[in-house]
Amino acid sequence: MELFINQVLAGISTGAIYACMALAIVMIFQAIDHLNFAQGEMAMFATFIAWQLMQWGVPYWWAFLLTLAISFAGGVIIERLLFKPLAKAPILTNVAGFIALFAIINSVAGLIWDFTIKQFPTPFGSSPFLGSQLISTHQAGMIGVTLALLIALFLFFRFTRIGLAMRAAAAMPESARLVGINTGWMVALGWGMASAIGAIAGILIAPVVFLEPNMMGGVLIYGFAAAVLGGLTSPLGSVIGGFLVGIFENLVGTYIPGVGNELKLPIALALIVIVLVVKPTGLMGHTVVKRV
Amino acid sequence: MLAGQKLRIVAMSTVVAAFAVTSGSALAQKKYDPGASDTEIKIGNIMPYSGPASAYGIIGKAQAAYFQMINEKGGINGRKVNFISYDDAYSPPKAVEHARKLVESDEVLLIFSPLGTPSNTAIQKYMNAKKVPQLFVATGAAKWNDPKHFPWTMGWQPNYQDEARIYAKYVLANKPGAKIAVLYQNDDFGKDYVKGFKEGLGDKAKSMIIVEESYELSEPTIDSHIVKLKASGADTLLNFTTPKFAAQTIKKMGELEWKPLHIITNVSVSVGAVMKPAGFEYGQGILSAAYLKDGADPQWNDDPDMKKWIAFIDKYMPGANKADSGLVFGYGSAQTLHKVLEMAGDNLTRANVMKQAASLKDFKTDVALPGILINTSATDFAPIQQVKMMRFKGEKWELFGDVISSDAKH
Repeated sequence: MELFINQVLAGISTGAIYACMALAIVMIFQAIDHLNFAQGEMAMFATFIAWQLMQWGVPYWWAFLLTLAISFAGGVIIERLLFKPLAKAPILTNVAGFIALFAIINSVAGLIWDFTIKQFPTPFGSSPFLGSQLISTHQAGMIGVTLALLIALFLFFRFTRIGLAMRAAAAMPESARLVGINTGWMVALGWGMASAIGAIAGILIAPVVFLEPNMMGGVLIYGFAAAVLGGLTSPLGSVIGGFLVGIFENLVGTYIPGVGNELKLPIALALIVIVLVVKPTGLMGHTVVKRV
Repeated sequence: MLAGQKLRIVAMSTVVAAFAVTSGSALAQKKYDPGASDTEIKIGNIMPYSGPASAYGIIGKAQAAYFQMINEKGGINGRKVNFISYDDAYSPPKAVEHARKLVESDEVLLIFSPLGTPSNTAIQKYMNAKKVPQLFVATGAAKWNDPKHFPWTMGWQPNYQDEARIYAKYVLANKPGAKIAVLYQNDDFGKDYVKGFKEGLGDKAKSMIIVEESYELSEPTIDSHIVKLKASGADTLLNFTTPKFAAQTIKKMGELEWKPLHIITNVSVSVGAVMKPAGFEYGQGILSAAYLKDGADPQWNDDPDMKKWIAFIDKYMPGANKADSGLVFGYGSAQTLHKVLEMAGDNLTRANVMKQAASLKDFKTDVALPGILINTSATDFAPIQQVKMMRFKGEKWELFGDVISSDAKH
């Protein structure tokens, strides 16, 4: 029983990693209706920028804010330069673009910062949280930030003019354009926000998994699984999905002998396939109706 | 993704006019195979500069820089080294393609230090059929020491199984009643260690090892495995992991306040790239074995041999991260090849290169630990077979005990 509880707690703390990443995935899906395969690498690159700023002596929170601003700008620039010209292109062209971006960002990060792992500081410390050694204060902080981010996103999309405009642009581009919304810029804004959320995810994840160019590879796949499980259209669902994937993965790894450990990653992939077949909208997503 | 991309490092452009040097009187004794001439020695190399193992690409860069330094000092026996290095992205089919290109189109004298067990396995038959040296391969698999079947292939570093046997010996001698947990990476690397370790324990393996846990390279964190291992009640952990996961393990164990006798592999002992990120306070007392010096360890700052390495990095690879053990490894293996080619003299045939490589006697590279010597013979194609045990204390590794040889010939 103790092992069970411990594994659930450890699952929650890794789940927070996936939840964070899943939020960024949902964000970009809301804006462009595709999954961005380079999302993890963009987050990794942003984390390196934060690390570099701190190496240059910038205090943590300033580095944090600067990195968010840089990531936001970076996201907008990538959309304007690379994906706006591809907007009308077939989906496969876009996918090729994402994969190219993935490889380029990964290699450039390796070239600049090399591949040895780097320690990344945390503002929350890493002592046991509420007496449990399984969740450190950093991981508790990470869960807190993820939830705060979730609430902020909810408020943004429901109550702000720009948030509403973004939703309109994504849901009904034609009508949105008719009422004077610049849908092109809304997409760019979505890229910027997804990139900034990714940066937060990267900065929170790095103290746990250590900073290096390949740190987001596995995380992105689990993030996809979390987002699909929770529903690609629902920020709340994706966060819940993240925690569920984390717990599920640990329990399967612990209690299904022989299979569990070898198949941890395939479990995440199987989860994606099963959810897409059985309930494509995920736990909390809503059906997107498209007129054809 | 990056198909066709080739990173070519040509250490020296080869524009030396041939007539300038060919007037020697010893002309009669000179013997050459393709890739060697009076002015040049062409050496091929295959490295994963891109792809999943790109962290090791730094080894190729260090080797290229080493030969650049040698060329600036006048070359090897007056011949400049032309170092041609291709990127195989850790993909065996690409490694085969590059090996063919190096042998048949670039016409190199030998292929030096191709990296990775999968890539070397893929090219081994071809190299031996063509009778071109596949020299000092950069992998710790045990199978490169097989001169009977593969007389053109030779390893360099101590192999993983031998290293694991030494850990088994240590545990048997110092903690005979140990309850052992084994954590390993689920691939050839991890499994080689497990195999060697179990062989080292012999009959006692079954009773002493109480839990074995494997993880996949793709897992973001291995916290769950550590939780499980701790719950098993083991008092000794054999941690057969690669650097990132070793650091994660050390950190997590520190947070969980689990303090068994902890042994990590030589692959993961970098002070700068493992112990520091994991947190020095959590690393105290960890054991491992080493054969090379650590570039980030201040205890070598006044070591005359290591000073040469530091000067080399400062001049030829300025800005490189000295904590990266690939820089030490690349220098050490390149220096070994340098020695072999020097010994080959003017007889630069492929057969003689192999003969010289198999005749190293107590050769010492600048970067090997004191007392670790390179020895080879016609029946021993494992150049480095010695290690020293060490214990992490403060912010560095403290060596203890004697140089240990893996005595077994398997």
